[in-house]
Amino acid sequence: MSEYNFAYLDEQTKRMIRRAILKGLAVPGYQVPFASREMPMPYGWGTGGVQVSAATLTPDDTFKVIDQGADDTTNAVSIRKFFENTAGVATTEETEKATVIQTRHRIPEAKLREDQIIVYQVPIPEPLRFLEPRETETRKMHSLEEYGLMHVKLYEDISQHGAISTAYAYPVKVSGRYVMDPSPIPKFDNPKLEMDAIQLFGAGREQRIYAVPPHTKVVSLDFEDYPFEATKADHPCDLCGAEDSYLDEVIMDDAGNRMFVCSDTDYCRSRREAGHVGRLAEENAA
Amino acid sequence: MTPLLQVKGIEKRYGARVGCTDVNFDLYPGEVMGIVGESGSGKSTLLNCMAGHLEPDAGQVIFDTRVDGPVDTVTMSEPERRMLSRTDWAFVHQHARDGLRMSVSAGGNIGERLMAVGDRHYGDIRDKAVDWLGRVEIDASRVDDRPSAFSGGMQQRLQIARNLVTGPRLVFMDEPTGGLDVSVQARLLDLLRGLVREMGLSAIIVTHDLAVVRLLADRLMVMKSGHVVEAGLTDQVLDDPQHAYTQLLVSSVLQV
Repeated sequence: MSEYNFAYLDEQTKRMIRRAILKGLAVPGYQVPFASREMPMPYGWGTGGVQVSAATLTPDDTFKVIDQGADDTTNAVSIRKFFENTAGVATTEETEKATVIQTRHRIPEAKLREDQIIVYQVPIPEPLRFLEPRETETRKMHSLEEYGLMHVKLYEDISQHGAISTAYAYPVKVSGRYVMDPSPIPKFDNPKLEMDAIQLFGAGREQRIYAVPPHTKVVSLDFEDYPFEATKADHPCDLCGAEDSYLDEVIMDDAGNRMFVCSDTDYCRSRREAGHVGRLAEENAA
Repeated sequence: MTPLLQVKGIEKRYGARVGCTDVNFDLYPGEVMGIVGESGSGKSTLLNCMAGHLEPDAGQVIFDTRVDGPVDTVTMSEPERRMLSRTDWAFVHQHARDGLRMSVSAGGNIGERLMAVGDRHYGDIRDKAVDWLGRVEIDASRVDDRPSAFSGGMQQRLQIARNLVTGPRLVFMDEPTGGLDVSVQARLLDLLRGLVREMGLSAIIVTHDLAVVRLLADRLMVMKSGHVVEAGLTDQVLDDPQHAYTQLLVSSVLQV
């Protein structure tokens, strides 16, 4: 532990990242360029999120990592271990107890509080990227607030599929100004983007940081006749019976059997501990 | 009557070379102006300067805006100019691929300008797209096809529909019939002439095809080496060319 500076990065780098974070908070949704460092993990594993977490953590913090809702998958385990080794901070799997939560592609089901920070790992921060490949042009579009093109994407969805089929990374407008990619969270989580906690977004490969301050208005883009819908599988959780959480579909066999379970493992566990029982919970226990 | 567009002393240089220089003219509402000349004579440079794609080194391009009256578009702020170029102006490229989004359906291409000015009702946007496809003689069943599945002539007509959907008052066209075979050219010209008359559009058409200007343009400017060498009514210039270069140009047209 002592061979590393606290939280791996050197103090100058953390300072640079904190400046970018502050700028991001001051201009909600604006992508602040920063000098992303090489981290001891490959791009796509959350190098942006890790740098933001490293700049945000203090020795008193309790750290939680989620990978698509789960605390026990490779990405979550390795990042949690990384900060256990380099920062020596306490870690937890319970959303309630964490002060800094790094997440990949989910927002926890439990409501976050004002004293918590959630850090998102972002693969491609530019919401207009697949419509307009030129960075010079997308920057101009952001600065001049020309967002008609974003609706062209939604138009294409409706004309091809009869509904807005974008299911994740659903574009939002932050504080009435910038259109932002909320990272690949399911659109079920979009309404939760208006929350009490600070939200920081880090894209390591693309070298961008952006942020949404607490209580900021975040509107999902839509059409008047095709309003935004936060969709999920129409099913209760098969383990804890929750009707309000985002579900993963698990194929059980090759005979068409499947089960739906909460993608947020901590939420599911805490509900089961509280005595909630789903359709398949008994079998599993036995 | 106030001219819709006044061009005063436009000059654009590429280093020591002249792109175009000392161009002056007025364009009145409903008027179609043709610009002809050989390759490299500065036609496209002039068009791009007027449309705001290039910044001229000198001169003014004064456009009669709906709200503020005549304003110099060269010195106006970029957001204003970009707003103008997607509402009151339209630009038809020579190659439809430059003016279309090839990965977006025909309906989306037409709807883009509508959505860019704040249209947020899918049904309305789609109705307008279908209506405009009809106006440019593309079957309504093609509304969800991508432009890459269209023929060259259809792509060009789609580009025109996409540009005219917001009801612009001034259309810039850069060789709109270039690269199309003659029968498709004829149909396109017929269509353009109909739309220009019906919507009362003003247009500036750059071309090296004299037949195009004969059909579409009320007035004609002939350019050579960056200078306007002759200007006047189309029929007058073509039937009684004064400048040596214009005479050469008119006599070079192949007769069938």
